[in-house]
Amino acid sequence: MPTATYAGHDVSVNDEGFLTDPGQWTEEMAPQIARSEGIAELTPRHWQVIRFMRAQYQAKGTGPTVRVLGKTSGVTVKELYQLFPKGPAKVAAKIAGIPKPRGCI
Amino acid sequence: MKRIVILGGGTGGTLLANRLRRAYRPEAAEIVVVDRDDAHVYQPGLLFVPFGRAEARRLTRPRWRQLRSGISHCQARIDYVDVEKDRVYLQNGNALGYDVLIVATGAQLLPEETDGLTGPVWQRDVFTFYTPEGAESLRRALDRFAGGHLVVGIVDMPIKCPVAPLEFCFLADDYFRRRGIRDRVDLTYVTPLDGAFTKPVASRHLGGLLAAKGIELVTEFSTGTVQATGEPGEGGRLVSFDDREVPFDLAVIVPLHGGANYVGRSPGLGDELGFIPVDPHTLQAKVKPNVFALGDATDAPASKAGSVAHFEGEVLAGNVRRFLAGEALAASFDGHTNCFIETGGGRALLIDFNYDTEPLTGHYPSRLGLPLLRPSRLNHLGKLAFQPLYWHGLLPGRDIPGISPAMPARGKNRPADPAGHG
Repeated sequence: MPTATYAGHDVSVNDEGFLTDPGQWTEEMAPQIARSEGIAELTPRHWQVIRFMRAQYQAKGTGPTVRVLGKTSGVTVKELYQLFPKGPAKVAAKIAGIPKPRGCI
Repeated sequence: MKRIVILGGGTGGTLLANRLRRAYRPEAAEIVVVDRDDAHVYQPGLLFVPFGRAEARRLTRPRWRQLRSGISHCQARIDYVDVEKDRVYLQNGNALGYDVLIVATGAQLLPEETDGLTGPVWQRDVFTFYTPEGAESLRRALDRFAGGHLVVGIVDMPIKCPVAPLEFCFLADDYFRRRGIRDRVDLTYVTPLDGAFTKPVASRHLGGLLAAKGIELVTEFSTGTVQATGEPGEGGRLVSFDDREVPFDLAVIVPLHGGANYVGRSPGLGDELGFIPVDPHTLQAKVKPNVFALGDATDAPASKAGSVAHFEGEVLAGNVRRFLAGEALAASFDGHTNCFIETGGGRALLIDFNYDTEPLTGHYPSRLGLPLLRPSRLNHLGKLAFQPLYWHGLLPGRDIPGISPAMPARGKNRPADPAGHG
């Protein structure tokens, strides 16, 4: 299992870089994960989404999809893509230290 | 006397009602099916309508006639469900109390939720084949189409029958070849997924088929807006949320899906998209023990497909009986899904999978069965033969010999265990 070091702590990650144990995550790690995803600075709007992702994961055991985020996070889908250009659900989940949202089939 | 109320008389609701009616003596349980109309559409047939290979009106039969005698039906629109009071309120002012409620109202199309989709381009340059009317108007548009850029796109998941838009591409390729104009048509498949399909083995096979047929694949495209680029009839473009563009002369779009409207008006019943959160193995709703759901209406991580509703129906009929008898439920639904995929030229693929096992190569239901993930004439004939089986075997809730709700593991080629390669 690969590891990564964020904010001075070693955490386990999967092949795509998602934390395998969301319990290892702390808010201090988020800016560094964000930079590795090409997001230079986390604004309050980014944090609104990251905290929402964490809360949803704790309540439901899986992160929300972009469409559900757009309906429930208070941030529109358009703005979500401006905040997390490479794919909001995936990138915000990685920064929030939760698993990649399950793809629907 | 117990009362079982089933909301929705589609595939899942009908076959469950018929199974339960056979399971209970008339004096033991009253079974009521509620639906807003009397038209049951064989949805898998809609795929063939745009190519003139099926007629929408021949795919539709009276809904109530598919129910066994002894099942009551109620033709009304649902206002909301009060799960606290165990009552369904109808828009005609009546209310129905229940001991057990089954939600089987499926998924609906929400084209108005995508910016511009239902604007001037809708039904002029942009069509969907997911409704009988849409499939018929697309047939007329394809008849007129003499060449140009045809785009087939999914706005976002989940959708009913996730393979149908891929099948549409394969059949369109075939259709334009037969008309002798394939060289004048650019075909593009646009998906929000990162490949042709969600699961790796099937995605490779289906992606390979797209490439072999000269169909361009555009992935991770989340459609934000559909724009007209000229007068209606002159085409337009899909614009993604991250500002990529795909121009088209004719577009075939699968709109966003959601649960039925009344779900949103029923406190606690549905999720953000109007689907019913259920235990994926027992199909009991999370909101209350006497509420269950099946088919496209649930949030279970299985395909929204008739085969899923069929397999769920067998498990759920048992669980409704167990629940009313005060017994523990069987957590036996494994996510089994089984789909024929038309690949054009009179051939089809078959895929068979469940929650844990992705679609694999091999044969179904055993080594001597139909080939999996490989185009074959036999699969195509299987798909055509399924329509009468749907009306006369599946909806009446009969067991189909050799086809069980649990996914068969035999006959499937397992990928090599990655651990075995060090």
